[in-house]
Amino acid sequence: MKILLDEEKCVGAGQCVLAAGDVFDQRDSDGIAVLLDEHPGQERSGAVETAAQLCPAQAIRIEKG
Amino acid sequence: MTAPALQIARECPYAPPAQHVEMRENGGVSRVRLPSGKEAWAVSRLDLIREMLSDPRFSSDRDNPNYPALATVPPPPPSGGSRKLLIQLDPPDHAPARRAVISEFTIRRMAALKPRIQEIVDERIDAMLAGPRPADLVEALSLAVPSLVICELLGVPYTDHEFFQTRTAAILHRDTPPQERGATYAALRAYLTELVCGKVREPGDDVLSRQLAAGADTEDVVALALLLLVAGHETTANMISLGVLTLLERPERLAWLIADPARMPEAVEELLRYFTIVEYGNSRVATADVELGGVLIRAGDGVVSLSNTADHDPEVFPDADELKLDRGARNHLAFGFGPHQCLGQNLARAELDIVFTTLFRRMPTLRLAVPAGQVPFKSDATIYGIHRLPVTWDE
Repeated sequence: MKILLDEEKCVGAGQCVLAAGDVFDQRDSDGIAVLLDEHPGQERSGAVETAAQLCPAQAIRIEKG
Repeated sequence: MTAPALQIARECPYAPPAQHVEMRENGGVSRVRLPSGKEAWAVSRLDLIREMLSDPRFSSDRDNPNYPALATVPPPPPSGGSRKLLIQLDPPDHAPARRAVISEFTIRRMAALKPRIQEIVDERIDAMLAGPRPADLVEALSLAVPSLVICELLGVPYTDHEFFQTRTAAILHRDTPPQERGATYAALRAYLTELVCGKVREPGDDVLSRQLAAGADTEDVVALALLLLVAGHETTANMISLGVLTLLERPERLAWLIADPARMPEAVEELLRYFTIVEYGNSRVATADVELGGVLIRAGDGVVSLSNTADHDPEVFPDADELKLDRGARNHLAFGFGPHQCLGQNLARAELDIVFTTLFRRMPTLRLAVPAGQVPFKSDATIYGIHRLPVTWDE
């Protein structure tokens, strides 16, 4: 799967880091989310889907495949 | 036909009013009359509240005369004609203003703060143990901990805590007369203006000084300080009191919970959902005609979100009226949704985790000093909570 993160939409709530801290992080400078792993393994799909669902700015999209 | 009056007080401290549940079961978008006599929409389903809070055609501006305030008499604009608070900003002004402060509240920053929160909690519990029994947990711990933490973050002297705690309570009380509410905002602004001007002359190691150093002007920093100070202590304080009461009333669940500290984060999340104390806080004004849940909402209409009711929807949270400490659901509305979702949510999570873990470990015989039925709940405030929580313990 491929993760698409829209930094422009991100509001820095940190929900994605709580859900999948090995896939998402927050930049120290401005708190905006960054991707640590653009192509996480299938075993992370549950955590990544949770992150996408919880993101208050709906800034995370997942491309399956 | 006039719309039914929106019921605000809960009949049961642990569940949404029956009227709200009925509205949720009847489509989730209902016409209601507010305490001021004005009509507005009430949205009571989680999916619809998320949709509304994500739609930029709904404005957060509490200065808008159509904003659906819950006060009996419409309150004066919180900005008082000065800079608007972060929570009232709409696009395109909101994103840059929020981005200027997010870095202070990241997961990493909050994790780094935990040892200091732990010290503060331990000091308050030391003071409780050395003090008289029974004690009021609200004063001794619930208000003290988040107030001390936000004071340190902002660089506000804690010695002034009575001043801002009583004024925050007045702002959040629904029946505070508008003149008094206006005067209360003005007093807090005057206090914070003096504080921020002091930081211009002599910067400290705090959020407000760093905002000034980054180029924010004094008025913007005062508006930010006002919001963070008011939002930063009363909300968490109420969650601490409600959480302690609820856990003390369920000794078996409490024993299970404290047997493994790793269970606490999920339990905190469930308590946040179960109480959803900012139950009406995510109100908006439509700036265009918008269809929501099959209902046409006209430009200028006010919309109140009934977040607590949405968070008790059994279709979203099975057995929603039950407290299940290991539920593991974080898709609740306790911190709101959309671009305004609570900036301090991870600070609140850290504070609640440390307070509950430490309190029940260090005071294992803690118990209510009055029958649970006599605990005074805040049915008169816009944020749910407890006025006083008398507790006692064995030496």
